[in-house]
Amino acid sequence: MGMIIQGATGDWEVVIGMEVHAQVMSKAKLFSGSATEYGAEQNSQVSFVDAAMPGMLPVINEMAVEQAVRTGLGLKAQINKYSVFDRKNYFYADLPQGYQISQFLQPIVGEGKLTIDLKDGETKEIGITRLHLEQDAGKSIHDQHPTMTLVDLNRSGVALMEIVSEPDIRSPEEAAAYMKKLRSILRYLGTCDGNMEEGSMRADVNVSVRRLGDPLGTRCEMKNLNSVRFIQQAIIYEANRQVDILEEGGEIDQETRLYDSVKGETRSMRSKEEAHDYRYFPDPDLLPLQFDDAFIEKVKADLPELPDEKKARFVSELGITPYDAGVLVAEKEVADYFEAVAKGRDAKLSANWVIGELFGNLNRTSKSLSESPVSADGLGELIDLIKDGTISNRIAKEVFEEMFESGKAAGVIVDEKGLKQVSDTGAIEAAIDEVMAANMDKVEEYRGGKDKLIGFFMGQVMKATGGKANPGVVNKLLKPKLDG
Amino acid sequence: MSLDKATVAKVANLARIRVEEEDLEGLASELNSILDWVEQLGEVDTENTPPMTSVADMQLRWRQDEITDGGYQEDIVANAPSPEDGFFGVPKVIE
Amino acid sequence: MSDLTKLTIAEARDGLKAKKFSARELTAAHITSMDAARGLNAYITETPEVAVEMATRSDEKLANGEGGLMEGIPVAVKDLFCTKDTLTTAASHILDGFKPKYESTVTTNLWNEGAVMLGKVNLDEFAMGSSNETSYYGNVINPWRRSGDDKDLVPGGSSGGSAAAVAAHMAMGATGTDTGGSIRQPAAFTGTVGIKPTYGRCSRWGVVAFASSLDQAGPMTRSVRDASIMLEAMAGFDAKDSTSVEMDVPNFEAALTGDIRGLKIGIPKEYRIDGMSDEIAKLWDQGIEWLKAAGAEIVEISLPHTKYALAAYYIVAPAEASSNLARYDGVRYGLRVEGENLADMYSRTRGEGFGAEVKRRILVGTYALSAGYYDAYYLKAQKVRTRIADDFKEAFKSVDAILTPTAPSAAFAAGEKNNDPLEMYLNDVFTVPASLAGLPGISLPAGLSSEGLPLGLQLLGRPFDEETVLRTAGVLEEAAGFDAEPTAWWKG
Repeated sequence: MGMIIQGATGDWEVVIGMEVHAQVMSKAKLFSGSATEYGAEQNSQVSFVDAAMPGMLPVINEMAVEQAVRTGLGLKAQINKYSVFDRKNYFYADLPQGYQISQFLQPIVGEGKLTIDLKDGETKEIGITRLHLEQDAGKSIHDQHPTMTLVDLNRSGVALMEIVSEPDIRSPEEAAAYMKKLRSILRYLGTCDGNMEEGSMRADVNVSVRRLGDPLGTRCEMKNLNSVRFIQQAIIYEANRQVDILEEGGEIDQETRLYDSVKGETRSMRSKEEAHDYRYFPDPDLLPLQFDDAFIEKVKADLPELPDEKKARFVSELGITPYDAGVLVAEKEVADYFEAVAKGRDAKLSANWVIGELFGNLNRTSKSLSESPVSADGLGELIDLIKDGTISNRIAKEVFEEMFESGKAAGVIVDEKGLKQVSDTGAIEAAIDEVMAANMDKVEEYRGGKDKLIGFFMGQVMKATGGKANPGVVNKLLKPKLDG
Repeated sequence: MSLDKATVAKVANLARIRVEEEDLEGLASELNSILDWVEQLGEVDTENTPPMTSVADMQLRWRQDEITDGGYQEDIVANAPSPEDGFFGVPKVIE
Repeated sequence: MSDLTKLTIAEARDGLKAKKFSARELTAAHITSMDAARGLNAYITETPEVAVEMATRSDEKLANGEGGLMEGIPVAVKDLFCTKDTLTTAASHILDGFKPKYESTVTTNLWNEGAVMLGKVNLDEFAMGSSNETSYYGNVINPWRRSGDDKDLVPGGSSGGSAAAVAAHMAMGATGTDTGGSIRQPAAFTGTVGIKPTYGRCSRWGVVAFASSLDQAGPMTRSVRDASIMLEAMAGFDAKDSTSVEMDVPNFEAALTGDIRGLKIGIPKEYRIDGMSDEIAKLWDQGIEWLKAAGAEIVEISLPHTKYALAAYYIVAPAEASSNLARYDGVRYGLRVEGENLADMYSRTRGEGFGAEVKRRILVGTYALSAGYYDAYYLKAQKVRTRIADDFKEAFKSVDAILTPTAPSAAFAAGEKNNDPLEMYLNDVFTVPASLAGLPGISLPAGLSSEGLPLGLQLLGRPFDEETVLRTAGVLEEAAGFDAEPTAWWKG
């Protein structure tokens, strides 16, 4: 569903396009051999090339090319065997060359598409305009020195993929779904770690509003949003701001705006806006980037199964509901975990355990899957114990809590606590007799036609056996005895 | 095409080169004479000519993804006019 | 012992091997010569201590019968090559105090081959100029004077310091760089030999960039043989330069067979420009006769787009320069002029740090790339460049080398041409086309003007066929027998 803003003069539709900067996973930078790792000491991961010392020259990292092609394939996009690196010229303290090497007219990846998953289980296709490779800038730190801005070039020259969407997004929720899905795909592909806190993924969001059916309105761009929440808040604020202006007969200035997450508003960045003329031209230090079909095929051959395909397979082959499948495939590590649990086991039961108990406990303890005390094998063992009748489903939940708490294996806990399910008919019969003797009034009522009381007896027997009685066996023995 | 003072000032600003007001006129006339002279390129038929991308008949080489450089903070800031604890210092930017 | 500075590189090499003198003696002689010729302002930075140390190491190697192609040979380095811990200025105020922490590939190659660094030589600021009058460190004076006239002449540019140092025997050879003629034209003005190899032959890594698609390093020497030796030492594939060509470096000296029988030499009719002086025309004809006499076949050829080369060059080079020089911003090295804020600091630093010609070219280049003008200027110029390169390709189907004059005139007086940029640009009319096409070209002295000044001839070759260029140049050199020397007036 698109977002509609009801103004005093009528309804307005919100139109959104996204430009996502995703840091390429690679050991070294796009055009130099220095490291890309996050959080190093200032200017310690900087080469003379990254610092734009006189006479320094760029040489391209093959991994960046491969990752861009891999991402392009993951986005079902056109791969351009011939692309060109251009210089985008502007001055800024953390842009040492005075230009950013980017791709302008001829990017490495052309049109593609991405399917987003919406709340009601529906999906929507968002067009991808292009993907190109470019250098990241360094970092300016404004608050560490009383009179100076300090520049750290560790990030300068790190490879980025700029992924540009068509203006197909119509609401903050769709924008969030787009960002999540893109992140998921990049992580599946292993081309970007998707770590938004560390700035590995940042979005520039273009927002405009229009009357339904009208051509596109004038857009404003909000730069460098680094969380899905901020993206949504910024869109809501900005769309409403634009509607207010238009309703009062004003016009929207096409401009770059900054989203202030503290105040929850966007504001103009006129200082950066003045005289933008990037003077793009092909970088004469580099030749056009070229590769052949064999290269593309090689990358293609190594592509992993992506979330959409995996979801379809979970539904069709494993009989998982589309909703559950969607939950399981969103993160590759969850999907991998689930598949390890489900291997050779009841897939639906496995899915219930992963989504229910595992996620519940992870959420409760604010742990990520990688921190889970229960491994896929551990959960698998527990499910096996349920399947072979060693423990009941109810006991299993108790066991799981204990596993999550102590990290012990399911079998060990069952043994230690004597939780093994009782299927011994003698013991169960004795328990039934005991319960019937203590509740003769209820037995009479049952025999008088109150069939439903069987549930009461069932519960009492289970209680008497400390929950360990095999419910199937109890059920089988209870009815004939009650019927007398 | 003729460059006026305002255009020269705009170009100088793009290039971040301070030009004193009184020098704009002279610069404009110098640049104009160069650009007028360059107009002769218009005589060449380039309808079906691709722009030159590289004089050397070769393909772009790729390097392997290995860490082979960096790790010398001192050398990076050795020539800096205003180094500060391993950073480059610049006049404070207010965003 | 006779004056060691009179030797060629080849002679000195042989003398060192034969232990007729030591590398230290050879270097000392040149340091003395540098002291005497300081008035020419060829050097920006002299490095005598470094030179002596390097020469000492060379002597050790030579004593063990080891050593590279240029073991013990003292050379000057154009101050556009970054040299580790030695001031590197590009003759610009903006690089004040800059001591790189790295060494350019070309100079590294030279040192690996045993060459000895005498110092860093002057040039036009950022190599932008044809007379060495744009250096922040002052004009270089041509060792040559017109006969009977003591007016200072320019040495040509941009490698004017290199040319003057070699011509005045302050170095046995010098590195130069050539973007539109910056090796060949000063070689012609100073009676020296200079070769710009094929684009991609010498690494650009560590050479301060002017126009990346045109810049190419090469040697400046006093003989074709010396140029062959030094080029071989400088050249070679470099993985750090994406435009460096992965190709073995031939033994260039071995190419000097003296035999050009059957070689086809093209004479481009478009180079007979209006107003070419009789002297230059005569010298060119003389060159043709010498080559004919040596058994070459002369073929008239056409390079129809020659007349547009300069205009294309003066768009492409400034455009690239405007971007290449954006890194001089007062943040990481060199000059900083403080300002009210970051943008103001930039424009003050760049306003004061760059000289008039550099600023002029940055502005032209910025304009040529700006929105709305890119197609009309930069793109058009790059298309014309393709046509010019195609002209050469076509010509080289029928000839093996091309003979032209190097420059339209002999050296001129300081101040004579720097009122009008366009008039200055015309100096490069014969050298620019080959630069645009990336072809190898050599200039060698072939005669004297009526005023007693050296004049040069230029030979151009196919891509990576420096060998034919050098071989033909060797034959011309032999025929011309140019042995004039400037009177050493600066010593007086």
